[in-house]
Amino acid sequence: MIPLSHYLIISAALFSIGVYAVLSKRNAIMILVGIEFMLNAAILNFVAFSKHDKFAASGQVFALFAIVLAAAAVAVSLAIILNVYKYYKTIDPTQIDKLRD
Amino acid sequence: MGIEQLVFYVFAVIVLASALLVVANKNLVRSIFLFFITLFSMAGLFVFALADFVAITQIVIYVGGVLVLMIFAFLLSNKHILDNPDNLKTGVIGLHHLPGILVAFLFFIVIVWSVSLAKVEQLEWIQHSGDNTLKPSDNTIHNIGINLMTRYLLPFEVVSVFLMMALIGAAHLARKERKP
Repeated sequence: MIPLSHYLIISAALFSIGVYAVLSKRNAIMILVGIEFMLNAAILNFVAFSKHDKFAASGQVFALFAIVLAAAAVAVSLAIILNVYKYYKTIDPTQIDKLRD
Repeated sequence: MGIEQLVFYVFAVIVLASALLVVANKNLVRSIFLFFITLFSMAGLFVFALADFVAITQIVIYVGGVLVLMIFAFLLSNKHILDNPDNLKTGVIGLHHLPGILVAFLFFIVIVWSVSLAKVEQLEWIQHSGDNTLKPSDNTIHNIGINLMTRYLLPFEVVSVFLMMALIGAAHLARKERKP
């Protein structure tokens, strides 16, 4: 048996790697990868606690919902990234600082 | 240490090492393919938490769908990187990344500290779960299916409507402008 706290520490490490990617990357796709890391860390926590909740299976069901929502978020944000690239010819978020046309 | 622990920690090391390489790598193509390895070994960790259906879903949706989408968007939006890939090969993390590293490290310290304060093994509902604890021989897919259609029917429907909205929105955003 693997103790529950080890899952939590692995997911904490993955979450902080995601925070680093979101804060310091100069490419919108890499920021999206960082967000996916954070979501995966949260899903790992859901699944780890779900081991002690056999009949309701709430952790596993909501992990499935989280995976579906992450996929939807990726589809929409990649469409936005492509539109931004078409307009600005770059996807570096530090250079995209105009709201107007 | 049994074989179960050994394989679990090997998977954990692969997850963390490949995630670190993803963020440390300057080459975007390599980062995205290393992201693939991270997601695959996350599915391995899900199997060790006795959630085999979530692991399969992770492989099908993330590795099959999200990753292909990311490579697609990358190929469409980074033409200058693909044209001259040589000027990106500076390996070391520079000093301007220091605030990001600091904030991420503080996050890690705070989360680990709160995990150690929470004492998850001694939580009351986990101590008394007894019969409610999953065993490796249990059939979780059966259980998830029944729960999805009874107890969690409302969130299930909301998620399906949301997914349709996201699909329509993505298709609308990515379409070509028609000439007036």
